Amino acid sequence: MAITEQLTKKDFQSDQDIRWCPGCGDYVILAQVQKVFPKLGIPKEKMVIVSGIGCSSRFPYYMNTYGFHSIHGRAPAVATGVKLANPELDVWVITGDGDAMSIGGNHFTHVLRRNINMKILMFNNRIYGLTKGQYSPTSEVGKITKSTPMGSLDYPFNPPALAFGASATFIGRTIDKELKHMGSMVEECSKHVGTSFLEIYQNCNIFNDGAFKNLTDRDVKSDNVIVLNENTPMIFGKEKDKGLVLEGTQFKVVKIGSDFSESDLVVHNPRDRNLGLMISEMTYDENLPVPIGVFYKEDKPTYEEMMINQLNSASKKVDLQSLIEGPNSWEVK
Amino acid sequence: MSKESFNSDVVTIRFSGDSGDGMQLTGGQFSENTAIFGNDLNTLPDFPAEIRAPQGTLYGVSSFQMQFGSRQIFTPGDELDVLVAMNPAALQVHLSDLKEHGLLIVNTDNFTSKNLKLANYETNPLEDESLAKKYRLITVGMTSLVKTKLDDMDLTPKEKARSTNMFALGLLYWLYERDIQTTIDFLNKKFKNKPLISESNIKALKTGFYYGETIEVIKTTYKVGKAKYEPGKYRNIMGNQGLSLGLLAASQNNDIDLFFGGYPITPASDILHDLSKFKSFGIKTFQAEDEIAGITSAIGAAFAGDLAVTASSGPGIALKGEAIGLATITELPLVIINIQRGGPSTGLPTKTEQSDLFQAIYGRNGECPCVVLAASSPSDCFEMAYQASKIALEHMIPVFLLSDGYIANGSEPWKFPDVKDLPKFKINYVKDGEDFLPYERDNNTLARKWAIPGQKGYEHRIGGLEKADGTGNVNYDPDNHHHMTIKRQEKVNIISNFIPDVEIFGPSSGKLLVVGWGGTYGSIKSAVTKAHQENLSVSQIHLKYLNPLPKNLGEVLLKFDKILMPELNMGQLLSIIRAKYLVDAKGFNRIKGKPFSANDIFKEIKKHLEE
Repeated sequence: MAITEQLTKKDFQSDQDIRWCPGCGDYVILAQVQKVFPKLGIPKEKMVIVSGIGCSSRFPYYMNTYGFHSIHGRAPAVATGVKLANPELDVWVITGDGDAMSIGGNHFTHVLRRNINMKILMFNNRIYGLTKGQYSPTSEVGKITKSTPMGSLDYPFNPPALAFGASATFIGRTIDKELKHMGSMVEECSKHVGTSFLEIYQNCNIFNDGAFKNLTDRDVKSDNVIVLNENTPMIFGKEKDKGLVLEGTQFKVVKIGSDFSESDLVVHNPRDRNLGLMISEMTYDENLPVPIGVFYKEDKPTYEEMMINQLNSASKKVDLQSLIEGPNSWEVK
Repeated sequence: MSKESFNSDVVTIRFSGDSGDGMQLTGGQFSENTAIFGNDLNTLPDFPAEIRAPQGTLYGVSSFQMQFGSRQIFTPGDELDVLVAMNPAALQVHLSDLKEHGLLIVNTDNFTSKNLKLANYETNPLEDESLAKKYRLITVGMTSLVKTKLDDMDLTPKEKARSTNMFALGLLYWLYERDIQTTIDFLNKKFKNKPLISESNIKALKTGFYYGETIEVIKTTYKVGKAKYEPGKYRNIMGNQGLSLGLLAASQNNDIDLFFGGYPITPASDILHDLSKFKSFGIKTFQAEDEIAGITSAIGAAFAGDLAVTASSGPGIALKGEAIGLATITELPLVIINIQRGGPSTGLPTKTEQSDLFQAIYGRNGECPCVVLAASSPSDCFEMAYQASKIALEHMIPVFLLSDGYIANGSEPWKFPDVKDLPKFKINYVKDGEDFLPYERDNNTLARKWAIPGQKGYEHRIGGLEKADGTGNVNYDPDNHHHMTIKRQEKVNIISNFIPDVEIFGPSSGKLLVVGWGGTYGSIKSAVTKAHQENLSVSQIHLKYLNPLPKNLGEVLLKFDKILMPELNMGQLLSIIRAKYLVDAKGFNRIKGKPFSANDIFKEIKKHLEE
């Protein structure tokens, strides 16, 4: 579209009452998305938001775009159909850790593998909220919940690493409390041509309050989180005095000063797949900060691009009537 | 010795051999040739679920049966006039179906001690005189004849032996006084890039044909005259082919893109294969990661404005159940094709059954009514696929279309339509500028309007939670849920105003009415035709619309003293008819993975008339 009328946040707000629990992290994500969407330059009638089941999946009802609240785990598949039916639509998937990693694990990995141009925002609160508090596939081992009174036994998924395994072409992470960062990450997702996967750490203040406390509390977060920026040395810490260097094939935290200078640090390159894999593996490493930002991005033809090429290049040998008639028809008079 | 030519009005033949012997191709060629020649015909391919079962085993036997004739043919036939057995296992499995004095053609080269043992023969049955007494036995060393003929060709012995099926085909062509040219053309096309292979096959075909002509063992050939058809243009069609073409025509004739989301499953995969060849028509086929993604991608495509289709067989349909509920509550158009096979679970993947009727009508959580249609024969598939698409799009509703393994792979002549004569769909699109509420309904169909993403000013949200009528907003109000449940049922019921009344074959009242649905059409029709020849008071109706049922059905049922319902299940339609119309219908049920024989139904008809 040549001229896009200037949309505002208000244009994206629907007339529905928002029914999330007061204090839920979902509110700020909704507000950020509504703030960022007008900036994307996409007419809102071309936007389709598809979700599965779970607290996060109520999201489409609150956005004044086309929306589809589908069934548990299947949002990536429904969104695939939307996108392939009309590749000109701008398709977003809103999902949660249970929806995407557990019941919908199959669709999640396959949509990434196909690189269909859609944006997946996964709200990860490491708990099942809508079913009132069972552990999720991203909960830490030993989690005491209603279904695991003696602690959970399964090891959690590491969502970005899973996305890497499925050959995702855009992998990123942000945190609900980091409004500005979240906004810029949503924009980055939108810009990417291909499947974008953005994990958003989101606090469930009812069933898993404080799950990301050490990443969001003002006095400790800078020491526990590293913000990745393209072509920038990996620095973190309240005093910006810590950095990451490579020791063999491992990241190691060093203090910037007498032994190490900024030039010794690893410089983030989101197009380096090996580096991206290592970054995603930092997630559960207690000796390393938790990374947020764009872990990895890659340009690769999308499924629908290749589909359109096939449709266009398939030569029309026969018309419909001849096809119905087939090569061996006969007439009875 | 002179040869004679006999006229015959109807013949049933069966090619049988190892699953690697090419029996399906041989049978397919014979049926294509038969159709072009002008006989009416009906076919029954029967093959194991294993792709290449161990050679020579009983469970590795693959066969292709067909009945053809100068009169109307409705079934692949009961007893065989001709059996071609390419190995001992095929003889062991199929001999009991051959008529006394029927023609038995055997490839002796495969009657090795190893193969005999695999087929549970202690001695070679060909050496037993009783075989030649009971049947007209023709023993031919087909493989060695073919190998000798191809001696000078630069092919491996294995490649040479692979043409043996063409020898058998050539021999049968000779027997029925056929022109072999159709198969020569076919082979030249199929092996366009492998001239040696096409040459060896053609040579084997001719060798078989000339063998019949030269040797004097077979003393008679048979002439089966052309059948009388209604005037029109015909072709031979398989059921799944007909479905694919019907969907394509629905899309092309009504300016709507076709999206197919599916997952490979026997015997439905051919629909995916066929549709994927129609790319030049803009048809989009998506081979999904599983059955659930097959249907949910189709639902997404329906939301985005396409004619959306998914196809599977029973086990896959079970996986799609939750999504069918989603399509029902979101009131989106969707065609769901089920090529039924023997169940439960994996069951009998390559065998036919009609035991998924309950699944189609009831098989979901909640009150979740769907429209259910059923094709009755291969030549009916095109029309039913077109009708299923029409109802889905005009009524904004999921439509089941049931077929089965027998219809899917069987073939018969089809009087195909001119696409210009097919009805155009009246789709309830929102026009720009019009007022819109997502669940505002049309008075006649109760269908909601269709606003398609991309259309400015009509942004709206739908989903699996209960909706308020009109606005479509999420609504948990008890009275609203009651109201919406009834509306969804009424949407289905009202379709009875848009479907044809059921037609009666035979007198409109009498002693016995035989009621069928789906792939049993041909067997019932043959049995009822035979009953008419014996002046029995029997009529037939065959239901193609199962939910809702045709409006005049209740009235028709009451005009007969007795009702007989043959089904390849435990009596599913029977339960529905008994419950809905309070009639004392009786079932006739076989669950053997194969079609009814017309004779069995005929006997059952007589039994009920005599009782």
